[in-house]
Amino acid sequence: MSVRHALLALLSEGPKYGLQLRQEFEAGTGEVWPLNVGQVYTTLQRLERDGLVESDDAEGEGPQKGFRITPAGGRELAKWLWTPPDAASPPRDELVIKVLVALRVAGVDAHEVVQVHRRHLVEMMQQYTSVKAEAPEHDVGLALVVDAELFRLEGVVRWLDAADARLQRLPADGSAAAAAVAPRVAPRPGRRLGARR
Amino acid sequence: MTAALELRRVSKVYGQGPTEVQALREVDLSVGGGELVAVMGPSGSGKSTLLTIAGSLEEPTSGEVLVGGAALSGMSRNQRARLRRRSIGYVFQDFNLLAGLSAVENVALPLELDGVGVRAARAAGLAALEALGLADRAARYPDELSGGERQRVAIARAVIGDRHLLLADEPSGALDSVNGEAVMRLLRAACKRGVAGVVVTHDAQLASWADRVVFLRDGRVVDQTATPAGPESLLSPGPTP
Repeated sequence: MSVRHALLALLSEGPKYGLQLRQEFEAGTGEVWPLNVGQVYTTLQRLERDGLVESDDAEGEGPQKGFRITPAGGRELAKWLWTPPDAASPPRDELVIKVLVALRVAGVDAHEVVQVHRRHLVEMMQQYTSVKAEAPEHDVGLALVVDAELFRLEGVVRWLDAADARLQRLPADGSAAAAAVAPRVAPRPGRRLGARR
Repeated sequence: MTAALELRRVSKVYGQGPTEVQALREVDLSVGGGELVAVMGPSGSGKSTLLTIAGSLEEPTSGEVLVGGAALSGMSRNQRARLRRRSIGYVFQDFNLLAGLSAVENVALPLELDGVGVRAARAAGLAALEALGLADRAARYPDELSGGERQRVAIARAVIGDRHLLLADEPSGALDSVNGEAVMRLLRAACKRGVAGVVVTHDAQLASWADRVVFLRDGRVVDQTATPAGPESLLSPGPTP
């Protein structure tokens, strides 16, 4: 999961404080990805070192220190958003974050982001299927291994299809989309699925 | 080289006024002989409309459909009917076999309708069933066959004779994944022999048997896969995320 890019996405909406970034990150991911404040500041320091964000130096290191995205940060965010995850094994959770982030970034059509990743996954499935198609039919071991990968990839494609259908039902204006990724729910202990990542 | 199927800026509108539905919007699609193309999209994206228009079962509101280089709009009703009988094979989700005819009679029917003698049509039907591993089911009626066998009979019927174009609408919709795979293997094998195939499906596993996957959304072609890189590319390192 890319905390780095999620923070860049939040800052693409305007300057924010560290604590605020943590709260918005958790709310934006339905509170299933808890983030400790140390992780937020470490990531922000690295982003600043890399020239992707800037901070208000005068305010010191406290919770009131404000951060804003630089033009280089904006470019990095766009590049990440459109790049398929690791070609060999796309982690679904990273795709989830990408789609959530796509909803927040102005000027990005989330349907197009979904489609880029859907195409990439189907192309990978075509490659696996061609392995199966060209193998002898009695090679059950190979078919089982390839099937396992195909079913996993298909599951991700089906999630993208469902995400696309849900987004289709949202009103066109961005505020509704932003509300959809930041559900107003009171934090409950049971919702924190920290063990997932 | 002439494409086996070509759709040029094809649009289809159903109804008018407040009930108007734009099922297809300026769709361009070209499928060559020997190529299997899958059309993917959600319900209501226009997949089935695209297939019925490609198969001349329906006419587009605007645009042009060419089969083997010949424009359907320039043909008489009889010429189009002959084209459907001789050149185009259809495979439907619910098989559409005639319940009162045996497997071999179902398969031979298109040839008989086209004037081929009963004996010759039956021999061709038996050969087609044998090629699909169904020789011992030839005399059975559809209700005596399993779902997978029925769909293989439907495929035998679709590829019999000198067909250039094979159109399939969710061809494994009611089958389990192994039988669904068997159906796609058969369609792929037919295409390897030179037939052009179009399969519409919402199932990514079925679509992955195609040489090319076209994505339809709200009646438009929005994307398509690149030419498959081949199995060896799975072993090479992927791009840095």
